[in-house]
Amino acid sequence: MKVVVCIKQVPDTKGGVKFKPDGTLDRGAMLAIMNPDDKAGLEAALRLKDQYGAEVTVVTMGLPKADAVLREAMAMGADKAVLITDRVLGGADTWATSSTIAGALRNLEYDLIITGRQAIDGDTAQVGPQISEHLHIPVISYAEEIKVDEKAKTVEVKRQFEDRYHIVKAKMPCLITALSELNDPRYMTPGGIFDAFDKDVTVWGRNDLKDVDDSNIGLKGSPTQIAKASDKVKKGAGEKVVPESDEAAADYILGKLQEKKVV
Amino acid sequence: MALEDYKGVFIFAQQVDGELSNIALELLGKAKDLANDLDEKKVTAVLLGDGIQGLCDKLAEYGADRVIVVDDPALKDYRTEPYTHALASVINEYKPEILLVGATAIGRDLGPRVSSRVHTGLTADCTQLDIGDFPLVPVEGQEQKHKQLLMTRPAFGGNTIATIACPEFRPQMATVRPGVMQKIAPNKGAKAEIVSYNPGFEENNCYTEIVKIVKEISEIEDIQDAKILVSGGRGVGSPENFKILEDLAKVLHGTVSCSRAVVDSGWKPKDMQVGQTGKTVRPHVYFAIGISGAIQHVAGMEESDIIVAINKDENAPIFDVADYGVVGDLNKVVPLLTKKLEAALAQ
Repeated sequence: MKVVVCIKQVPDTKGGVKFKPDGTLDRGAMLAIMNPDDKAGLEAALRLKDQYGAEVTVVTMGLPKADAVLREAMAMGADKAVLITDRVLGGADTWATSSTIAGALRNLEYDLIITGRQAIDGDTAQVGPQISEHLHIPVISYAEEIKVDEKAKTVEVKRQFEDRYHIVKAKMPCLITALSELNDPRYMTPGGIFDAFDKDVTVWGRNDLKDVDDSNIGLKGSPTQIAKASDKVKKGAGEKVVPESDEAAADYILGKLQEKKVV
Repeated sequence: MALEDYKGVFIFAQQVDGELSNIALELLGKAKDLANDLDEKKVTAVLLGDGIQGLCDKLAEYGADRVIVVDDPALKDYRTEPYTHALASVINEYKPEILLVGATAIGRDLGPRVSSRVHTGLTADCTQLDIGDFPLVPVEGQEQKHKQLLMTRPAFGGNTIATIACPEFRPQMATVRPGVMQKIAPNKGAKAEIVSYNPGFEENNCYTEIVKIVKEISEIEDIQDAKILVSGGRGVGSPENFKILEDLAKVLHGTVSCSRAVVDSGWKPKDMQVGQTGKTVRPHVYFAIGISGAIQHVAGMEESDIIVAINKDENAPIFDVADYGVVGDLNKVVPLLTKKLEAALAQ
C-alpha cells in the first residue's frame, strides 16, 4: 500500500505575525513548524506503515526552506519526500495551490492521500477537498479514525460533524483530511534524525507538474485576490479592578450588572 | 466565462434530517442585504435533500424569493459527491453572481469541492461581507471593478484580518461562520417561487457509502442562542467545579460554555466550546471565568455586548477585551455573586 501525506510548513502563530509591504505574509520572518493537523495525518500514515508495511511519501509545497519539515517527517518515519518549489508557484490561493499539488501527485502512485484538515496560518480547510476534486477521487473530511481494508481496497473513516459522526466507506484511492484529534504524533528518533539528513528530498519545479495549465498556478492562477490584510485591531479594554475582598468583587460585578440593567 | 451572465445572490440552504440549519436562515438575512446593494434584488435558496419540499415556506419567511429544490434519494444524508454534483449543476444552470455556504462541517467540505468543479474562487470562514470596489482604491494600470463581493475573514488564528475579492470568476463564493450574520424577523405567510430541478445522479468512484450514523445527542442549549453565557476555562480547575458556573448561569437564566482548554482536557463536550475552532457567540453578557483569553478564544466572543472577566492573573489577556475585569479568586467570587444575585432578584 502506498500513502502520500501532504504537509505544510507554517509560521508558528503564537510568535506574532509579520507582513510585507504588499499586504502578503512575510513567512520568512516567522518561526516555522509542521502544521499540527498535518502531523496527525502523518502519524496516521505511519501507523498504516507499522500495521501493513505501507510506503509513506510526504509532499510539501513552499519555499526551499520547507525542506526542513520534510526532514522532520522522515525522522519520524516517512520513507520518501518531495518538495514542490518554484518562483512561478508563489502567491497561490487555495484553488491554485490545490491544482499545483494535484499536478505533483499525478506523478506518484497512491492508495491513500492524507492531508491535515486545515493549516493554522490560513485556517481555510479547502486545499484537501480541492485536491481530491482535481484528481477525481473521493474525499472524506474531518477524519477521527481510519481503518483500511487492503484486500477490498476500501477505507472506513469516522467522519466528524457538529452533532454526530458518520462511518463512511470509500473506495481507494481516496483522500482523507485529518483532525489533530486523530492521534498523538510520535517524536522523531535519534536514528531517524541521522537517516533523515542522509536521505534525498526530491525537488520538483513547475515543469515537473503533470497536466497543469499555466493559467492554473501561482498568483495568476488564483481566482481570489487580497484586497486588504492587516493586524486585527483590538477592542479597547474596559475597567479592571483588584478588589480588597471577595465580597467587594462580587458587589462590583453585581453593581455593573444592575447599572447595565441585566438584572 | 462571461461574468455578466451571472446574476443574483444564492445561498446553500443546509438541512440535516429534514430540518433547516440555523446557518441557512442567517445566510438569507445577509443575502438580502447584499441583494439590496446590487441591481439584482432576488435572493435564491438552493435546497438539497430527500423529501424536503416542506422546508420551502420557512425559507420564504426568512427572506428567500425563490427556492431551487433538488429532491432525490441520493441526497438523503450528506455525502460529498452527490451534493457537489447537485450544487455544481445548479450553478451551471442558474449562474449565480454570489453563492454563500455555511462554514459548517458540511459546508467546509462541500464548498471547496464545488469551487474546484466550477472553477471559481472560494473564501473560507467569512465574518463580514460587503459590496464594494476592487481594488479598494484606484490603482494605475488596473481596472477598478465595482459592485464586487468583498469577503472579510480572520486568519492566523485570529491575529489578522484579510479582505478578499474574486473579480474575474463567478460565482463569488464564500463560506460564512455560523452565529455571525443576523437572520431577519420571519415574514409569516410569505411564499417563494419554487423551482424543481434534478441533474440526475449516477454513481461513480467518488460515491461513498454511509455505514453508520451516530448522533451525539446533546441535552444542552445551543450556546449560540444564549443571551447570557457563563464561560469557564482551565482556571476553573476541575469538571466538578463547573457546578459554581452552572449555579450562576441558573440564576441569570444563562447557559454554560467553555474554552478550548476545557474541551481538550475532556471536561466538557466540543459543542460548548467558544472560539476560533469552536463556536462564535455574541450574547448580551459573556462571563469569562478562569479563561486567560488566548486570541483564538477572543475571536469567538469579542462581539458580546458586555464582557465580564474574573481571573486571578492580573496580566491575563482577557482583561484587554473585558468591559469589567475583576482580579480575584473565582472559587470565592462566583458563589458570592450567585448568592447576591439571588437576593437582588428576590426583591
